[in-house]
Amino acid sequence: MSHSRYVITLIALTLLLVILSLACLVFGSVDIPVGSITDIVMGEGSGNKAWDIIILQSRIPMIITAALAGAALSVSGLLLQTTFNNPLAGPSILGVSSGAGLGVAIVILAMGGSLGGLLGESVGSYIAILVGAILGAAVVLILLIAFSAIVRSNTMLLIIGILVSYLTSSVVQLLNSVATEEGVHNYVSWGFGNFSGVSAAQMPLYAGIIIVALFGSVMMVKPLNALLLGARYARNLGINVSRTRNILLIITGVLTAVVTAYCGPIGFIGLVVPHIARMSLGTSNHARLVPTTMLAGAVIALLCSLASVSSPHGIIPINAITPVIGVPIILYIILNRRRIQYFN
Amino acid sequence: MTVPAPIISTGHLAVGYRNGKQQVTLLKDLNLSLYRGELVALLGQNGAGKSTLLRALTCDESPLGGTIEIDGKNLLEMSQKERSRLIGLVSTERIQAGALTVTELVGLGRHPHTGFLGRLDEDDKKIVHQAMVDAGIIGKADEYMASLSDGERQKAMIARALAQETPVIILDEPTAFLDVASRIETMRLLRNLAHERGKAVLLSSHDISQSLMLADKLWLITTDRQVLTGPTRQLVADGAMDRLFENRDIHFNPDILDYSF
Repeated sequence: MSHSRYVITLIALTLLLVILSLACLVFGSVDIPVGSITDIVMGEGSGNKAWDIIILQSRIPMIITAALAGAALSVSGLLLQTTFNNPLAGPSILGVSSGAGLGVAIVILAMGGSLGGLLGESVGSYIAILVGAILGAAVVLILLIAFSAIVRSNTMLLIIGILVSYLTSSVVQLLNSVATEEGVHNYVSWGFGNFSGVSAAQMPLYAGIIIVALFGSVMMVKPLNALLLGARYARNLGINVSRTRNILLIITGVLTAVVTAYCGPIGFIGLVVPHIARMSLGTSNHARLVPTTMLAGAVIALLCSLASVSSPHGIIPINAITPVIGVPIILYIILNRRRIQYFN
Repeated sequence: MTVPAPIISTGHLAVGYRNGKQQVTLLKDLNLSLYRGELVALLGQNGAGKSTLLRALTCDESPLGGTIEIDGKNLLEMSQKERSRLIGLVSTERIQAGALTVTELVGLGRHPHTGFLGRLDEDDKKIVHQAMVDAGIIGKADEYMASLSDGERQKAMIARALAQETPVIILDEPTAFLDVASRIETMRLLRNLAHERGKAVLLSSHDISQSLMLADKLWLITTDRQVLTGPTRQLVADGAMDRLFENRDIHFNPDILDYSF
């Protein structure tokens, strides 16, 4: 794999990231002149209080939320694909996202609230919700580890993940039956996925956890590469396989749980972006794959975010957009897998 | 002249598997010695315990009893990191490395010697290059693993083990999926590595005739679960080869170095 291809990919993705961020700043349900936006971003204010609030408390947090969510879900997908030696693994297809969603639902019910106000107003309540999401994701990951030791087949593991998703969503439905009508409505709209759920006040916690976990994934580049050779070779190379696997799944669980708690269970990004990264780089070498996956994930999420505000009739749910991007790519990959190096 | 010390020696080693609470012993009381500079072939019929014995020596499964010493130290009490500098492995496991170049794959062999992020310095790169030269795969250094033939892939995996710079290389059925030409080429390569680089090379195989032609010594697992060891010619001359298979209708024919019936 040539070094220049890596550099070109990184530059292209960075450019796209900047362009899409700017586009997300300019386009929205309210038209704000570019000149005024520049003034607001420069800290001068536009003279229009509503515009100031829209830019500073809605659009900018949304851009950061989307970029970090995209990076987090994509890295989760990459880690799951390498850990389970399964190119079609991802946080939503394996049920990790729905596990996190179930955790969120249980915590909210236990706190006596409706299933709606997903991220409560007080710091204590949203930390409780985050912990619930992380525990929910952890339970699913532990189940997956247990099943993967018994069923060796990759396809079977994917089916188990899908079954787990069904099971968790049926539990959530049962919980919903005891919730208020408003709660159900809010929970359903949370399920659509959106990047506007993180307020400026919640941003430090959301961004902090994701950045720490992403940094952790960069630290795991060496054992990730060893795992490409399978557990036996990795052990022979001096890697403690079970410890490595646990660390990778903790990182995956935290990343998926945080994003799911704040943005809803977002599908396809975690599954698809690692493939985009591998195909544009032409390598499975994680030293290059991990940073590229992060950047590409941020780009794809911003693209979805931009698409979600593009309709004049209101916000399009994120989960209505991700399959439109994701499904063709997955189909392409499945149909061409004999020609794609990393499948062979 | 002093007798050289073995690099690996086992004492009353017992191997097998655990099935729930039950222990199934396949081989026991093994006192085996492996020396530097020799190619040893482990032969035996299916289910005799070849893989199980190798998995014990590579510490992939713990033995049911006995000791394994490497260079006079207890292998079973070593850290994984220490072991990774002493024993290199080549197995037939499916790997996910199709999108790595041969150089990248062989570079993974440097893991036990590199730092936290696995970055290769100039010395590491030289060692990787030399390993590819020695394994005869340097011509494909920049090709993807996915584009190689089975024989070339196996050479790349051997180069990876060489880059690990271990005194011992253990290979679990390294020629299993290869055609005859690649089998002979691989065995020759391993023999050269043993003789010229002073590696102790232990491999399991189903290829009786090629093993007999090229291995310095044999470890034969007989039908009564004993392991006979010795120089290849001597074991053949002693008629040990007839104790390898249960079927009384097939006999070893020393003239063709293979079985006939």
